[in-house]
Amino acid sequence: MSAPTSPATDDGMTDDGTVERTAAPMVDVRAVHKSFGSLEVLKGVDLEVRTGEVTVILGPSGSGKSTLLRTINHLEKVDQGWISVDGSLVGYRRSGDKLYELREREILKQRTRIGFVFQNFNLFPHLTVLDNVVEAPVSALKRPRKDVTEAARRLLDRVGLADKADAYPKQLSGGQQQRVAIARALALEPRLLLFDEPTSALDPELVGEVLDVIKVLAHQGTTMIVVTHEIGFAREVADTVVFMDDGRIVEQGAPGDVLDAPKHERTRAFLSKVL
Amino acid sequence: MSLTSDPPIVKAPAEPEDYGALKVVPVRHPWRWAAVIVTAVLLAQFAHGLATNPGWEWEVFAEFFTAEVILKAVWVTLQLTAYGTALGFALGIVLAFMRLSDSPFLKAVSFAYIWAFRSIPLIVQLLFWFNLAYLYKELKFGIPFGPGFFTFDTMGLVGAMSAAVLGLALHQAAYAAEIVRGGVLAVDSGQLEAAAALGIPRLRQIRRIVLPQAMRSILPNAANEVISLFKGTSIVSVMAIGELFYQVQVIYGRNGRVVPLLMVATAWYILLTTALSILQHYVERHFAKGSTR
Repeated sequence: MSAPTSPATDDGMTDDGTVERTAAPMVDVRAVHKSFGSLEVLKGVDLEVRTGEVTVILGPSGSGKSTLLRTINHLEKVDQGWISVDGSLVGYRRSGDKLYELREREILKQRTRIGFVFQNFNLFPHLTVLDNVVEAPVSALKRPRKDVTEAARRLLDRVGLADKADAYPKQLSGGQQQRVAIARALALEPRLLLFDEPTSALDPELVGEVLDVIKVLAHQGTTMIVVTHEIGFAREVADTVVFMDDGRIVEQGAPGDVLDAPKHERTRAFLSKVL
Repeated sequence: MSLTSDPPIVKAPAEPEDYGALKVVPVRHPWRWAAVIVTAVLLAQFAHGLATNPGWEWEVFAEFFTAEVILKAVWVTLQLTAYGTALGFALGIVLAFMRLSDSPFLKAVSFAYIWAFRSIPLIVQLLFWFNLAYLYKELKFGIPFGPGFFTFDTMGLVGAMSAAVLGLALHQAAYAAEIVRGGVLAVDSGQLEAAAALGIPRLRQIRRIVLPQAMRSILPNAANEVISLFKGTSIVSVMAIGELFYQVQVIYGRNGRVVPLLMVATAWYILLTTALSILQHYVERHFAKGSTR
């Protein structure tokens, strides 16, 4: 991976996707508010993520970045505003001038197109690595187990864990577990991948192996939103860096702009602490 | 501050010593040995008493231990335990998920059930069921408050045996519900969240992801319950059902050999509880998959 790619020249792959780029964004977040009890966590957030782009969200803890990510696949319900992914509203269906809340079954179906990787991996400890990856495509998408198993083995190979298929999650290191979790999310062939601080629970020496997997996915043109504290990763991989503070997006733009020449005082203060 | 006139011990600061070549003397535990001896003597006295006291009447014990009437009674006891456990835990699982649901009504009903059946002594409840026919002469299946399709004579349907099973199962369900609920609550909430994020259907989330993990904390408590139900079946002797304890009472009522016949019951209870404990060990091992490194 050479120096940060300049979109004009090196971006041949995504240039083919100009049609998609001008079309509706993959993720469209509009005026989203969310409170937990009396605590307002999101205070009106707007965000667009275009197909094939990598968006990295930075911000101090408690700034609402994880909550924002969780609203995108409806793990949290928004109080106001709306979110659409790949052209369809998340959690609701429009009919005439009314929005109908979706049934749980329909929400679950929507989620199969959005992969989510958790900070604490949340692998199923009683299932083998292979079964962890196979479970959702078989039960949620009703795909034949045999095909899914073959695909799962290929995915495990891609994240460098082909030899761990029959191990249980507890027998793996944190970095290996997170790579399995990524393979598990990819098994559904999602249109969008969401990463919620994927390396925050890892020992420092294991962070690199997980970030490498995410980088490869990014370079293959997977649309993804990554909440992280890894500034170096943001600089190298992000198309857009979003800085959040106190439930709002303070500023966003190309990594070079936001990270090296932040316009906002709060962004500067945050970066001076983490860099 | 040395008061003795011994010359100060001056160690040569020479080379480090090789402690590996020295003999190691383990610490002694004289009081532990004393306790062992006292305990052993008491045990020996007890065993001697069992063997030599004619009051135990071991020949009577041997005569009845495998007598047909006793074996039949053991079978009834096992049936009561099996039905009580199966129905009790089936209803218990339903009650547990009612109480874990988001519906305030279902929660309240489940709570009320558990409250009621934990409050009523089992023996009182059993006698109620036994006298059900006094309250309801016939049982009807059909449209609620409307016409019925099938009608049963309560006396015929709820015989002593089914009244006992019903009572044991309903009683057991209240405890089983709390054990299952505890097990489900012990599963990390991240597990359900991950399953939901993957779009796994709701029932499948429970059957495939939550319950197998909940089983780890459910099993030890559930085994306790099964064993206590197994011994608790002796309570239905008040309903003149021919289970182990009732049959033993009948026999010693006739021949007066109280002690050896109580020993017959005791030996069977111990034997079968041991079998259940062994079964528990293997079931727990099955559900411990993936829990070790």
